[in-house]
Amino acid sequence: MRRPVFLLSALSFGYAFLYAPIVLLVAWSFNESRVANVWGGFSVKWYGELLRNEQFLEAAWLSLQVAATSATAALALGTLSALALVRFGRFRGRWLFSGLIAAPLVMPEVILGLALLLLFVALEDLTGWPDGRGFVTITIAHTTVGLAYATVVVRSRLAQMDRSLEEAAMDLGARPVKVFLVVTLPVIAPALAAAWLLAFTLSLDDVVVASFVTGPGASTLPIEVFASVRLGVSPQVNALGTLIVVAVAAIIFTAWRLAGRRKP
Amino acid sequence: MRTAGWRRDWGRRLVVALPFLWLGLFFLVPLLIVGKISLSETRSGIPPYEPLFEIADGALVQVRASLANFALLFEDDLYVGAYFQSLTIAGLSTLACLLIGYPMALGIARARPERRSILLLLVILPFWTSFLIRVYAWMGILKDEGLLNALLLGLGLIDQPLIILNTDAAVYIGIVYSYLPFMVLPLYASLEKLDPFLLEAAADLGAPPWRAFLAVTLPLSAPGIVAGSMLVFVPAVGEYVIPDLLGGGDTLMMGKALWDVFAQNRDWPAAAALAVAMLAALALPMALFHHLQARLDGEERA
Repeated sequence: MRRPVFLLSALSFGYAFLYAPIVLLVAWSFNESRVANVWGGFSVKWYGELLRNEQFLEAAWLSLQVAATSATAALALGTLSALALVRFGRFRGRWLFSGLIAAPLVMPEVILGLALLLLFVALEDLTGWPDGRGFVTITIAHTTVGLAYATVVVRSRLAQMDRSLEEAAMDLGARPVKVFLVVTLPVIAPALAAAWLLAFTLSLDDVVVASFVTGPGASTLPIEVFASVRLGVSPQVNALGTLIVVAVAAIIFTAWRLAGRRKP
Repeated sequence: MRTAGWRRDWGRRLVVALPFLWLGLFFLVPLLIVGKISLSETRSGIPPYEPLFEIADGALVQVRASLANFALLFEDDLYVGAYFQSLTIAGLSTLACLLIGYPMALGIARARPERRSILLLLVILPFWTSFLIRVYAWMGILKDEGLLNALLLGLGLIDQPLIILNTDAAVYIGIVYSYLPFMVLPLYASLEKLDPFLLEAAADLGAPPWRAFLAVTLPLSAPGIVAGSMLVFVPAVGEYVIPDLLGGGDTLMMGKALWDVFAQNRDWPAAAALAVAMLAALALPMALFHHLQARLDGEERA
């Protein structure tokens, strides 16, 4: 059997490629020396500097607020559109609707960012709202992107769902809203959690769209990180990256273990 | 019963209307505005473009649409270069993702079922950690005194450092690295569905493994190949962060050109014209993606 050897080496190469930068980032973050490839001894001083960096902390707080708000809005709207696409069969405007939902998934970020900025400028010109750009405009932009992704996640779960439970509830006389709240929601809850987390992460990670639609004084964490990285090596960013990797790995592995345990 | 039906009807309308309105206002209308502004003339001021229509006493007085911004794009070698270089870089990167991602997806699909979920999880995990910071890590690896050069020098494979950072090569590495998971996931989804009996049947009929692969596996995974390629190619064409951090002065990509025109020159109409040109280049792949989604949609309804 020659194939397994080939596939195994392809897998090893692929994973090494995906993880080498992450492993190096973690190693660099504990390096005393500012020069990445000179080992100056183990140190956590960059973490200390990171936690004293007011600019980063302020930006992180703004990012978390934007991410939580936009993920929640995206989940609510995404669940509605997933319901419409999976359960409503043909309705007028379905073609345009499904196109509008899928398009943000493949729309280049620079175009989306520019388009939304032009909208906000035009709206402010016409109506006086939004008054300046910052939290509100970034949240709206991220909701639009998150909505598309949330729809994909919720929709695939809804499509797989066994409908006999819902039908039973209907037969027993429950109204559609009640059926949705009591039967459908608990069944699709894991997908809802995944969709929220996905929208949250996308928002937390976005630099391009946020750069377009933000205004003076409102910098998200990625905008700050991007600015400092463009100027060259910044050991604090290594520390920040390591914290993100640890947090993400912890959340994902917990979710994976929980999901694995539930299965028989 | 009539009231219940009436109420349900309105409920359904509301379910569709809320996301519809949101996407109309915050996605469709903005794109139309981009189209409109790409036709206006540049001026210095706020906002930095001339109004397209002038309305006085409720009547349209003047329409000042011009194709000057588009003419500029075609005249300036910089933009023409950016256009073709973006498509080349994105196309070759997509091909590289496919060449690396296909065997990976096949390897995961052929792994023992209890191992598949962890292997898949390991592909997804980097995607959840900051994209920006992972690209930044490549700066540390690729720079002249970086890790890759130190490694190659130490092994005696080269005697002076390779210049990779701030060249096109670094941009290719960055794009392939960042978008590889987007290729592996749809490929895996289509390979996983493949019935192993088909391959056994091919083997029973005397087909060598390579022939079974070409005749059975490859054609049946075509939807995954198309979906994965779209998910890599389209965002790669408009990529801004990777060419900015890893590319050099001569790396011209449309996404970066758009940002530079917008932020540095403050020429909004030209930026809008670039956006329209980019959309024109991407219309076909995006329509293809939508078509695939719609087919999936049809399967769901059936």
